[in-house]
Amino acid sequence: MSEIKKIKNLKEFSTSADRFEGANLLCPGCAHSIIVREVLNATNDDLVLSASTGCLEVCTAVYPYTSWDASWIHIGFENGSTAVAGAEAMYKALGNKGRLKQPDRNPKFVSFAGDGASYDIGFQWISGCFERGHNMMHVVLDNEVYANTGGQRSSSTPIGSSATTSPAGRVSYGEKKNKKDMMAIMAAHGSPYVAQVSPNKWKNMVKAIQHGMAVEGPVFINAVSACTTEWKFAPEDTMALQDLATDSLVFPLYEIIDGTELNITYRPKNVVPVEEYLAAQGRFKHLFKDEYKYLIKEWQERVDAKWDYLQRREEAKV
Amino acid sequence: MAFDKMELRETEVWDGNFAAAQALRQAQVDVVAAYPITPSTPIVEGYAKFLADGYVEGEFVMVESEHAAMSGCIGAAAAGGRVATATSSQGFALMVETLYQASGMRLPIVLNVVNRALAAPLNVNGDHSDMYLGRDSGWIQLDAYSPQEAYDLNFIAFKVSEDHDVRLPAMVHQDGFMTSHTAQGVKTIDDDTAYGFIGDFKPMNDMLDFDHPVTHGVQTEEDWHFEHKARQHNDLMTKVMPKIQTAFDDFEKLTGRKYNIVESYDMDDADVTVVCMGTSVETAREVAKEMRAKGIKAGVVGIRVFRPFPFEEIKAAFKNVKAIAVLDRSAPGGTPGAMFNEIAGALYNTDERALLSGYIYGLGGRDLTKAHLVDLYTELQANVDAGKVTTPLQQFIGVRGPKLAFL
Repeated sequence: MSEIKKIKNLKEFSTSADRFEGANLLCPGCAHSIIVREVLNATNDDLVLSASTGCLEVCTAVYPYTSWDASWIHIGFENGSTAVAGAEAMYKALGNKGRLKQPDRNPKFVSFAGDGASYDIGFQWISGCFERGHNMMHVVLDNEVYANTGGQRSSSTPIGSSATTSPAGRVSYGEKKNKKDMMAIMAAHGSPYVAQVSPNKWKNMVKAIQHGMAVEGPVFINAVSACTTEWKFAPEDTMALQDLATDSLVFPLYEIIDGTELNITYRPKNVVPVEEYLAAQGRFKHLFKDEYKYLIKEWQERVDAKWDYLQRREEAKV
Repeated sequence: MAFDKMELRETEVWDGNFAAAQALRQAQVDVVAAYPITPSTPIVEGYAKFLADGYVEGEFVMVESEHAAMSGCIGAAAAGGRVATATSSQGFALMVETLYQASGMRLPIVLNVVNRALAAPLNVNGDHSDMYLGRDSGWIQLDAYSPQEAYDLNFIAFKVSEDHDVRLPAMVHQDGFMTSHTAQGVKTIDDDTAYGFIGDFKPMNDMLDFDHPVTHGVQTEEDWHFEHKARQHNDLMTKVMPKIQTAFDDFEKLTGRKYNIVESYDMDDADVTVVCMGTSVETAREVAKEMRAKGIKAGVVGIRVFRPFPFEEIKAAFKNVKAIAVLDRSAPGGTPGAMFNEIAGALYNTDERALLSGYIYGLGGRDLTKAHLVDLYTELQANVDAGKVTTPLQQFIGVRGPKLAFL
């Protein structure tokens, strides 16, 4: 068994051995790199990583450069999870045959993918990996939009967001559909651990990642990733946006163990109105017109209802 | 942690699928990621059963689509071990994106393709549409005409594909049902000898070597993409054929069974010849023999290595021939046919250009009969006698309705 890495404080955490280089092409203020570093720094174990096509992939492995000081693979948009699953199958096969070069290691198999590559185009591949029970972790960098192709809606895009394929316009308030509940879907796969995390709550996040890496089987992590380009806020405000996301409960932080035990892992001391979260982002700007203000009210009601639901599940231990 | 060897008789009665499955067992494939599709399914079922019975050690990953099958194979191959799978037709079509990714990432993978028509209309029988769909994918493509060859060519495929000078994935093709489900006598190789021919898998840039992290599947744009693709093509054009030839030579020494990059039959003094692939080659050989009894000097050329395409060997094979019929078993989609075009291209700059005509046949498993081939050779002889192609350039064999001919 691998030891769980002990992390004392943020300074130590942020300066621990870094297998994801700061040299990359992600936008200034992109939360992806913060999330990736928090995942990688949560463990000292060896890593076999994948990235599905998307911002993270195109910005970190442009030949002849790489930002990855760990085994890493990218195949396509939809199949990053299966790439890692294939590697994990080979690890098992070579382990059984006594052919591993470093048999004493305890590698962790982690796939990173955006919400488009997870909720939409890669959904079947992830579902297959989870049903088969590969010992791996799939981390969604959830910025609620196809950012790499320029801001098209995905099934993670929330109601009222203006995306390039569901733009707000003279007679439209933008996206009409509610965000897909991937946490529930992945928990229903029988995953031993699913968790929603946010890099601003780094202790919470590290705990979730370490829990996920310690259990056997496929683990699903939905990481909220504020996108300065598509959410339309200033790059220096990324952490403020992440705070608004978690403290407004638009992104409640919770975990589901073995598909049945739901725990809320972060309770904001002061819950921020959803309106403040929306107001901080250009993608929701049009909602503040008089004719669409009812949508802000509905947003708040949805968030309240979800929070209420999560609390009831936690209390009932289901 | 161990597996049992299997005692094989010198000659077993196997169909093409089981022959391929036995080869995967003897190669001791580490990971098979697969999805079922007719008519290739028994190959991976065979591996799964060998695994269940303790005759092979490895991981069988039954995935949720052919796209995922090749994706899993790519991940497994990049991790560093022996990888194989099988598919046909629609499954192959679904894999296409990943086929390019596998070859572009220079990963050794052996894919058994049991050839089958492509929908629509849906059809489960053999033609070469799927084989042709893979022709620009950067894979090595070997074609078996019988269960024996499906067995033997798998060993060749592993040996060439895993060679560190090659590092390209390889397909072994066989005809759906005609080969895959037709049991014939197959001369076997014992387990140790078969494994010894391929040897242990030698990893390179393996993701499971944690002391040497590698980045696989990078982005290249206009600054590097062309060089990567050109280098891959260069290796296909210059390195692969000599390796295949060496593997064929070594295999002959081991088993006495001789394979050639282009399989010429009675070509030394042939005036007229048919060139084709798959089970049709054997039919054509029989008919050619009969035509010789009638005074027509007939020969047959079978393409054994479809990719890289054997330009030099084609030129040599057709050096003294007067008329050639190229048989394409794939819907041509508005052109004379892929193999016709390639052979025409190979011969265009030669001094003695034979009369060339093309035939589309056998789509969706339609039989190519001996009678068809008798007519064809007779037509070729008429071309020779007239000193020109007397028929339209492209004709259809064995299709009902008004005669179809073009160009």
